[in-house]
Amino acid sequence: MIHRHTLAQLAAELRARKLSSVELARAYLERIQASQPLLNAFISITAEQALAAAGAADAALARGEGGPLTGVPIGHKDLFCTAGVRTTCGSRMLENFVSPYDATVVSRLRASGAVMLGKLNMDEFAMGSSNETSHFGPVRNPWNTDLVPGGSSGGSAAAVSARLLPGATATDTGGSIRQPAALCGITGIKPTYGRVSRYGMIAFASSLDQGGVVTASAEDAALMLREMAGFDPRDSTSVDTPVPDYVAGLDAPLEGLKIGLLKEFFDAGLDPDNERCIREALAVFPRLGAKVRQVSLPNISLSVPAYYVVAPAECSSNLARYDGVRFGHRCKEPRDLTDLYKRSRSEGFGAEVKRRIMTGTYVLSAGYYDAYYLKAQRVRQLIAADFQRAFAEVDVLMGPATPTTAFAIGAKTADPITMYLNDIYTISANLAGVPALSVPCGFAQGLPVGLQVIGPHFAEQRLLHAAHRYQLETDWHLKIPERFA
Amino acid sequence: MTKASGTILDAAQQQPRGGESQEGTGTGWETVIGLEIHAQLATRSKIFSGASTAYGAAPNTQACLVDLGYPGVLPVLNTEAVRMAVRFGLAIGARIARQSVFARKNYFYPDLPKGYQISQYELPIVAQGAIDIVLEDGSIKRIGVTRAHLEEDAGKSLHEGLPGLTGIDLNRAGTPLIEIVSEPELRSARDAVAYMKKVHTLVRYLEICDGNMQEGSFRCDANVSVRREGAEKLGTRTEIKNVNSFRYVEKAIQYEVARQIDILESGGKVVQETRLYDPDRGETRSMRSKEEANDYRYFPDPDLLPVELGEQYIEAVRAALPELPDAKAARFVSQYGLPAYDAGVLTASRELADYYEAVARAVPGEPKLAANWVMGDLAAALNKEGLDIDAGRMTAERLAGLLARIADQTISGKIAKEVFEAMWSSGESADSIIDTKGLRQITDTSAIEQAIEAVMAKNPAQLAEYRAGKDKLFGFFVGQVMKATQGKANPAQLNELLKKKLPG
Repeated sequence: MIHRHTLAQLAAELRARKLSSVELARAYLERIQASQPLLNAFISITAEQALAAAGAADAALARGEGGPLTGVPIGHKDLFCTAGVRTTCGSRMLENFVSPYDATVVSRLRASGAVMLGKLNMDEFAMGSSNETSHFGPVRNPWNTDLVPGGSSGGSAAAVSARLLPGATATDTGGSIRQPAALCGITGIKPTYGRVSRYGMIAFASSLDQGGVVTASAEDAALMLREMAGFDPRDSTSVDTPVPDYVAGLDAPLEGLKIGLLKEFFDAGLDPDNERCIREALAVFPRLGAKVRQVSLPNISLSVPAYYVVAPAECSSNLARYDGVRFGHRCKEPRDLTDLYKRSRSEGFGAEVKRRIMTGTYVLSAGYYDAYYLKAQRVRQLIAADFQRAFAEVDVLMGPATPTTAFAIGAKTADPITMYLNDIYTISANLAGVPALSVPCGFAQGLPVGLQVIGPHFAEQRLLHAAHRYQLETDWHLKIPERFA
Repeated sequence: MTKASGTILDAAQQQPRGGESQEGTGTGWETVIGLEIHAQLATRSKIFSGASTAYGAAPNTQACLVDLGYPGVLPVLNTEAVRMAVRFGLAIGARIARQSVFARKNYFYPDLPKGYQISQYELPIVAQGAIDIVLEDGSIKRIGVTRAHLEEDAGKSLHEGLPGLTGIDLNRAGTPLIEIVSEPELRSARDAVAYMKKVHTLVRYLEICDGNMQEGSFRCDANVSVRREGAEKLGTRTEIKNVNSFRYVEKAIQYEVARQIDILESGGKVVQETRLYDPDRGETRSMRSKEEANDYRYFPDPDLLPVELGEQYIEAVRAALPELPDAKAARFVSQYGLPAYDAGVLTASRELADYYEAVARAVPGEPKLAANWVMGDLAAALNKEGLDIDAGRMTAERLAGLLARIADQTISGKIAKEVFEAMWSSGESADSIIDTKGLRQITDTSAIEQAIEAVMAKNPAQLAEYRAGKDKLFGFFVGQVMKATQGKANPAQLNELLKKKLPG
C-alpha cells in the first residue's frame, strides 16, 4: 500500500532508509504498466533508466548523501525536454523527437534526487482541455474511465489521481494544471509567471505558459515546487527573486487571512452541485480564523476571448519552427519547398493545433492586428488591474476551478467553443500572470470538484499554506478512485 | 584577412570630383533613394545565444540549439550587442530609446530556423539621428537616419556543389545585426555611395563592425524611386536587395534609375517590387512583387523582456566613444593646418588617421609633407598590392624616417621617391638606403660650383648661346649638373649658383 503514501512521506521514508528507491520504482512501474491500457496516462515509460536512477539514489542515500527528493519517483509531462528520452508534446510532429538536452525543470528535479519513471500524455502541444487532442490517444479519468481527465496535463493528473506516481510536472497556459487537477481530484499549482523556468519546456503560448506540479497534497506540491522554482539565466522571463521554503510554515495558523470570494465565478455556468461543494469548502476557512468576503473582478468576463486571441497568436509563431527541415515530422518525397512545408505540417499537426495556428495567424495579420491582438493585450492589462485592486483588499481569492465535473470522452470535441468555456475560471490567472492552485473539495455525483485559490504575484507560499491548512481539516485529497485504491 | 574596402583610394573617391553629372539631372527627373544598411555587430557570441560568430567555420559547426530553433530553447539577449547599438546611436546624435522592444518577424524560409526573425519593429533602440556626407560639389549634406534597430541574421542557403539540392548553413543564424535606415534624402547614386561609405567609416571607428563586405558583414538594400523635378509626391519605389559593395550599389542604383525613367517616359508604370542586382550583367531584375510580399505579422517577442536603458548607462557609453571622423577631420585642419580635402581622406579610417598622426608627430613641422606622402606614394603602393595601412609593410616610423631626411635636406623630394621604393621592396630604413646607395644630397657650395664649372667647360657652345640671350638653356644646365651629381645636388642651391655663374 506504499502508493497511498504522500510524496512528502515517501521522501522522508527514503531518507530514513525505511524504503528503497528501487523497490518503490518497481512498485510504481508495476502500477503504471497495469493501468496503461486503461488510462493511457503515459506516452513513454522509462523503466530501465528509472531503475538505474533509483539504484543510484539508494547508493547515495546509503552514503548519507542525496537531495530532498532523492529516490522519489516522478513523471514529466511530455513537453519537458529530456535528453535521450523522446519528447513528443503529444504530437505526431514530434513522435520521434529525442531532445539533445534537458529542460531546466528536469535537471533541477534530477539534481534534487527525483527519479523519472516516464513521460506523461497530454493534449497536443498543450492545446486542449480534455486530453483528447493527443496523437497518442486520450487519457481516461481514473474516477470514471468513460470520462476525460481534463487537459492539457491530463496524463499528469490521471497518473497522480490513480497513484501511479506521487507527483508529476505539468504546465498551465489557460488552466492546464488546475482544470485536470480538479477533474481528477488532486492538488495542482500553477506558479506565478516567471517563477519556474520555461527553458526546455516546449512552448505553446510563451507569455502564458508556466510550469508547475500536480500532487496528492499541498504539502507535496510545496516540496516539489521548491525544488523546481527559481531564476534561470537561460529564460529571460524567469524572475530573479529568491524562492522561499514553501514547506516551512505550512502548519502555521491561518488566523487573519483575508479571503475574497470571487463573485463572477458563481455565475449561471457553474453547476449547482459543484457550487455546493465550493460553498461548503469556503465555510471551512472561517473556522480556521480566516475572513471571507465577496470580491468582484469586473473585467473577468473578457478573459476567454482575450485568451483565445493571445494564445493562438503566440502559438502560430511558436509552432512555425516545425517545418520538416531540421527535426520532427517530414513528409515523404516533397516536390519542392512549399510542398515540404505544407505536407509536413498538415500531416504532423492535429486538428486543434491547426485551428489555433490559423486563428493566431489571422489575428496577427496586417489590418487585423490592432483589432484583435492589441485589443486583447489591453484587456489583459484590465484584468491584471482587476486582480491588483482585489489583492489590495484581500490576501487570496477563492472560487471554483471548473464549471462542471469531468465530462464524457467525445462530448465536447465537436464544438470547440464549449470546450474552450471549460477554462472560463482558470484563464484569468494566466492572463494576469498570478499564481493559482486547485485543491479537491468534495464530490458532485461521485466526481471530484476543485476549489481554486488565486494569489498575488509570488504568493505561492500563501496559497500552499491555505490549501495545506484546508487539507488538515478535510480528507478529500486522500480519496483515491476505487479501482486504484 | 584582406578587407574589401576601406583602403585609402576608397576614401579618396569619396571626395568630390567635378565633371560627372548626376543621373537624372538635366533629364527633368529627380532621383530619391533611401538605404537600409545591415552591419553585423562585432560581438564574439551571437545576439541570443552563446555560439561563436567567427566567420568561415565548417557549415553548421557554430550553430547551437538556440540558433537551430530547437523545441524548448529560449533566447537570451547579448548585452554587448545593445552597447554597440547605443554607441552607434550616440555617434549619429540619435535618440536612444529608454525602452525598446524585440518583435518577431514571421515568415517561412529554410535558413530561418524558428520561422521568425527576432528584430525590432515599433520601438527600435535608436531613432532620429543624422549623418553628414560630402557632395560632389564639396558641400556638406545632412542625411537623416530614421532608425537603427537590433536584429538577428538568418543562416545561408547554399547551392554551389550541391546539384539539385539546397544546403543550409546556420553558422550565421543569430549573428547580431544593426539595421540602419536612412530617410529618403539621397538624391543620386553618388550620394548613396558617399552615405554608405560614411556609415562604413563610422561603424569601424566605433569598433562595432569589421566592415568586411566580402564576408557580408556590411551590406545594404536600396529603395529607389524617381519623380518629375519639382514634384512633391514620391514615385513608386523598388527595393534592391542585399548589395555588398560600394561599386555595385552605385551601378545598381544607376541602372535602376535609368530603368524607371525609361518606363515612365514611355508611359508605363513602375511596379513596387523587390529586385536583385546581378553584377555580371550589370542590371537589376525582379525578385518578388508587392503582392507576393510576406505579411510578416510582427508582434512583440514574448520570450524577451523590453530593453530598458538608464541615463547612467547611456552616459557611460557616451563617455567611452572615440573621436569620430568628422571631429578628427576638423582637428586635422586646425592642428595640422591641412586642407579639408586631405583631412577628409586621412580620417576615412581610424587606422589611417592614427598612421598619419604617428608620421606627423615624428616629423615635427611637416604635417603637409606627411599628408602628401601618406595620401600619395604610400597609398599608391598599398593599393597596388591590396594591403591595409595597418598591414605593417611600411610602418609609420619608417616613413617618418624618410620624411625626416627630406625635411633636413639630406635628400631631395625626387631622390626620396627612389628611396621610398627601395624601402618598400627591401624593408630597410631610409637612412641605410641613403647611405648604401650614396644618395645624400650635395649641399656643399664648392662641390656644386665644381660640378657647374665642369659642365660649363664641357658645353662651350650652349654656354655661348645662353650668354647671347637664349634663357631657355638654363634648364639644360640644371639637368646636366644634376646628371653629373646623380641628382644629388641641392636644387635650390644649384639654381642660385647657376644664376651667378652662367652669365660669366
